[in-house]
Amino acid sequence: MLNVQVKEQVIPVGLNGHVNEHSRQPVIEARDIAKIYRMGDIEVRALDGVSLTIYPGELTAIMGPSGSGKTTLMNILGCLDQPTRGTYRLDGVDVEKLNDNQLAVIRNKKIGFVFQSFNLLRRTSAIDNVEQPLIYAGVPPRERRERAKAALEAVGLGHRLKHHANELSGGQQQRVAIARALVNNPAIILADEPTGNLDSKSGAEIMCLFQRLNEENGITVIFVTHDPRIAQHTRRVIRIADGKIVDDYPVTDQIIACPDKALPDPILEKLGHGVG
Amino acid sequence: MVLGELIKLAFNTLAANKTRAFLTMLGISIGVAAVIALMSIGAGVQEYITQQFASAGANLIGVVPGRIQRGPGGGAFGAQAPLTMSDYRAVAANVANVLDTSADFARPSVFAYGDNTSEVNVTGVMANFSAIRNWNARSGRMIDESDVAGRSRVVALGQTVVNDLFEPGEDPIGKVVRINNVPFRVIGVMESKGASFLGDQDAVAFIPITTAQERLFGQQSLSVTGERTISTIYLQAPSKESVPSVMAQVDELLRERRRIPADEPSDFSVLSQDELINTFGAVTGVLTVFLGAIAAISLLVGGIGIMNIMLVSVTERTREIGLRKAIGAKPSAILTQFLTEAVFLSLIGGLVGIAVGVGGAMAISRFAEFQPVVQVSTIVLAVGFSIAVGLFFGIYPARRAARLNPIEALRFE
Repeated sequence: MLNVQVKEQVIPVGLNGHVNEHSRQPVIEARDIAKIYRMGDIEVRALDGVSLTIYPGELTAIMGPSGSGKTTLMNILGCLDQPTRGTYRLDGVDVEKLNDNQLAVIRNKKIGFVFQSFNLLRRTSAIDNVEQPLIYAGVPPRERRERAKAALEAVGLGHRLKHHANELSGGQQQRVAIARALVNNPAIILADEPTGNLDSKSGAEIMCLFQRLNEENGITVIFVTHDPRIAQHTRRVIRIADGKIVDDYPVTDQIIACPDKALPDPILEKLGHGVG
Repeated sequence: MVLGELIKLAFNTLAANKTRAFLTMLGISIGVAAVIALMSIGAGVQEYITQQFASAGANLIGVVPGRIQRGPGGGAFGAQAPLTMSDYRAVAANVANVLDTSADFARPSVFAYGDNTSEVNVTGVMANFSAIRNWNARSGRMIDESDVAGRSRVVALGQTVVNDLFEPGEDPIGKVVRINNVPFRVIGVMESKGASFLGDQDAVAFIPITTAQERLFGQQSLSVTGERTISTIYLQAPSKESVPSVMAQVDELLRERRRIPADEPSDFSVLSQDELINTFGAVTGVLTVFLGAIAAISLLVGGIGIMNIMLVSVTERTREIGLRKAIGAKPSAILTQFLTEAVFLSLIGGLVGIAVGVGGAMAISRFAEFQPVVQVSTIVLAVGFSIAVGLFFGIYPARRAARLNPIEALRFE
């Protein structure tokens, strides 16, 4: 972990006044972020002054139609892109000052990505896929193997370690991707339409997995979606339109994706890292 | 990322596309094989020529009358002033640091035996000729001291003369042949040196130098001042390094004896086999490099094949690159990954090429007179060159991959 800087006092109150129960340092702290593209003489404001605070352990959805700027926001939150203006502090690190190499390290250690199209390496076994972030983190082979195995067991694929990505079902592939996102103990998981390519049953299983990871392990998960039903699985919805946050509210009638709350094999121990 | 990881990754990626990897490697293999085979054959030819000269005797220096001009238009002779026995004796007595000295006297002659005749140079030699020219009798014996002292009418024949005069299977030893109508008893048959670019080396016959000068050619062997002339003076230097100093001494001594003014060229020539070897070596060396350069062009084409495939690969794997960047690969890690793949391809291709090239050179040698020489330096050169090809043609696609914008790469369809 990078060293945590002494935080400035942040009032733990959400935009629309709901009192945040977290009193710890926020994991995401974005202030007045703008992303402006120039196309000839025309200025396109993909993001126009977005401020956002997310605390560890939150389960949030950033929701908006296509063209709203939600993908641009996700790219900036995921350190794949830099804002034109504004400040962004991720887990205590001022990200906007970092160069390409430092950003790569941040993505490696603090962010886990889950994509709509899984983005697994083809003809590569599940465990090798999950090991990839650890290779770039410089983790020695034996430890890599153990941690990748633990992550796959945590997502319920302990029996599919050696299967190639193309031999797995869509739902299983997305689980491998989630294991890959988890394996380096990131500060946040960014999930971009994670159920978009799945049938409803597999989609529900994936949402259940996210909910459990969040609830049982305290992992901060941020969904980026246009689907109100996905957003309803979270506890907080941030609506974005025309590059601005237009709404930020707690979910009152959360959908619990897991069929039964009293589940066997808790995934907590397997992951080997406690709540927040 | 450590090297082991990179190589494993490169191997896995290439193994996933076997046909393509094989075809790409083939280009490099053919190039390397061509370079190795041609360089080995060139080196073999060079070695063969060196051996041909070396078989004339080790560290041999020859002095002949007349000026042999070297360089463009060489071969012209200046004014002939023959070498004499007193020149020979002066050289033998005064030139320091010489193992042995000898002289011969050669003239074209007609050999006859029964109805068969043969026209070759008969060479009058001293007893040490055999040792100094590294030439021995295959059967019978060579001219010895007592032959020279007794001016004996004995002859040792070269294989070509034997073939001309005698029926197959007939033993020439003890038979009497006529040289310019003078009867000589055959005492030996020389070992064969074969025909080469130097001409038929077996068209020879040796008699004692005294016999040649005094009995066979008589007046013909006398100079205008009444001295016995000779055709060649031979000197054997103790080592390759001492050859130039011996040559300089001979040159100085003979110029002094013949009173040649300092500003005039010598009317005789001092030659060493090293010089000849170097002259031929320079020619064959240029030829070898030239052949190698032509072969290297195919290596270049192979390299372009690698670049082509790597560019296709970067485009095909844009999403993979985007993903790797998203999960924390630095640009340098992506660069190294693709570069490793390119070098891996060219290196494996190169190693296969070496095997094929060496095998090819061996195969060709079965049909040729010479043995190809596979030099370690050639192999090192080929391996180094194929790695360099991989690096050179891999760097552009790899940089392209490393510079991809992760967002666009992830969105790539």
